[in-house]
Amino acid sequence: MDLLIGIFITPFAEMIGLPDLFFQALWDGFVSGTLYGLIALGFVLIFKASGVFNFAQPILVVLAALALISFYKMGVPAWISVVLVLIMFYALAWLIERLILRKLVNTDGNILFMSTVALSFIIIGAAQWIFGGRPSSMIHKELGIPTGSFEWPMFGGGVYFDLLDISAAVVAVILIVCLGLFFSRTKIGRGLRAVADDHQAALSVGISLNQIWVIVWFVAGVVALVTGIFWGARSDVSFALQIIGFKALPVLIIGGFTSVPGAIVGGLMIGIGEKIFEIYWGPLLGSGVEGWFAYFIALGFLLFKPQGLFGDKIIERV
Amino acid sequence: MVNEQKKVMMEVKNINLRFGGVIAIQDVSFDIQEGEIRAIIGPNGAGKSSMLNVINGFYHPQEGEIWFRGEKRPSMEPYEVAKTGIARTFQNIALFKGMTTIENVMTGRQLQMNKNFFWQLFRYGPAIEEEVEHRRRCEEIIDFLEINHIRKSPVGSLPYGLQKRVELARALAMEPELLLLDEPMAGMNVEEKQDMSRFIIDVNEEFGTTIALIEHDMAVVMDLADRVVVLDYGKMLADGTPKEVQSNQAVIDAYLGVAH
Repeated sequence: MDLLIGIFITPFAEMIGLPDLFFQALWDGFVSGTLYGLIALGFVLIFKASGVFNFAQPILVVLAALALISFYKMGVPAWISVVLVLIMFYALAWLIERLILRKLVNTDGNILFMSTVALSFIIIGAAQWIFGGRPSSMIHKELGIPTGSFEWPMFGGGVYFDLLDISAAVVAVILIVCLGLFFSRTKIGRGLRAVADDHQAALSVGISLNQIWVIVWFVAGVVALVTGIFWGARSDVSFALQIIGFKALPVLIIGGFTSVPGAIVGGLMIGIGEKIFEIYWGPLLGSGVEGWFAYFIALGFLLFKPQGLFGDKIIERV
Repeated sequence: MVNEQKKVMMEVKNINLRFGGVIAIQDVSFDIQEGEIRAIIGPNGAGKSSMLNVINGFYHPQEGEIWFRGEKRPSMEPYEVAKTGIARTFQNIALFKGMTTIENVMTGRQLQMNKNFFWQLFRYGPAIEEEVEHRRRCEEIIDFLEINHIRKSPVGSLPYGLQKRVELARALAMEPELLLLDEPMAGMNVEEKQDMSRFIIDVNEEFGTTIALIEHDMAVVMDLADRVVVLDYGKMLADGTPKEVQSNQAVIDAYLGVAH
């Protein structure tokens, strides 16, 4: 009986009793949700354009953050460093296309997936060699991203808003809207979707796979850079950051691997869901709920809605 | 067949294509004239599809030349070939399964769309006119092929015969000068075959599109084609009008077998 009350009554009573705390939890969840969404977005981009789960995406985030800091430490002004990182990512996209993807046209998705696994370890090795392995702190202040926080009184209490969190959410939303429009409206976006579905057919209507792949890896790099800046600002920048990248997996399962809006909706569901669950139901289950909650939800989706909320439903006639 | 003055659109000369030790095409030469329906026939494994893939740029022959519009064509990638005005369909249907019929057909306009990226992104200014114009062209083709009722259906869910038609629509949306059809009627029932034959003839007559097609069904080929190339084991057996080819002894032997 106590257990039932603990599950069904106490948490809701607490929500109503302390609305400011509840709102704080919602906001915190919203912020980490947009950041999960950002990481998921990087995966979605490459999946949409080549049908490949890009194992290297989390390490691209680390690479972007490390490179940015290193350029800055070398005395380059902060914004010029951002430009340099973008140039570096364009070169990397070109190299990846030249050396790996071009040889693997028309091969099975698993082969492409394995090549991204290999790629991620190569990048880890190279990044450690070039940038060293010590954690460093992000240069978001130098980039003009506001920090600090303010308290906004509501419901008789107050809710804390972090300026960094607000800018992260704003940037994430802008990025997602732009990419959504990019995929649905532009010629290149249509080309990307075509390439994801069928290489041969895409070639036959005059779409150059090579060009598309360079574009999409570059865009994934841009997303990685934005993610790297904001995640890096919340914690230190080190190789451990890539673990967060795999938080994107359940987000992808929920949102659908091929959907840009799915990435953000999935991210928000996970972000808000795990915060609320941790605070209100966590005490019943012991702490650390945040660690597995996302995967638990994802498993449910796999069982009942495997293509996710927004994923392409592929209907195959047999 | 009175008009002997027809211009040659494409000429393949002494094509040799090998995969390792396997010879797929051996010393094959023929031409495709402007405005005709050219058929390539032959038993399974004769090298028909390989030939189409050579023309299309998927395969690069070890020897031989391809002349297009009076010029020798350098070795090209398929997407570059598409830019020269050659469209194709595939034997095992290659559609964009995640897209609807209209979206699939719109990809055929990919090469013609060249308005600024940012206009397209915000669907503003010249990009609106462009999108509307291309939509209109696609809708015309969809009308023409009588696939109006499935415009918004995801193509993966369509029956085979209709998928073939969507593929044809996508190729037509490119407004090609030369259209390559790889077994357009494979796996269809009699009625669907008749429909498809009618569409092929209509395309040829109304749009003036030159067509090269591969087909198994002899009866269909004889009705459709102006001229026929016969391949067997990668070699050329015969080249001529359907009548000439039908009465050619080597062709009869290849199709019916010879007593040993």
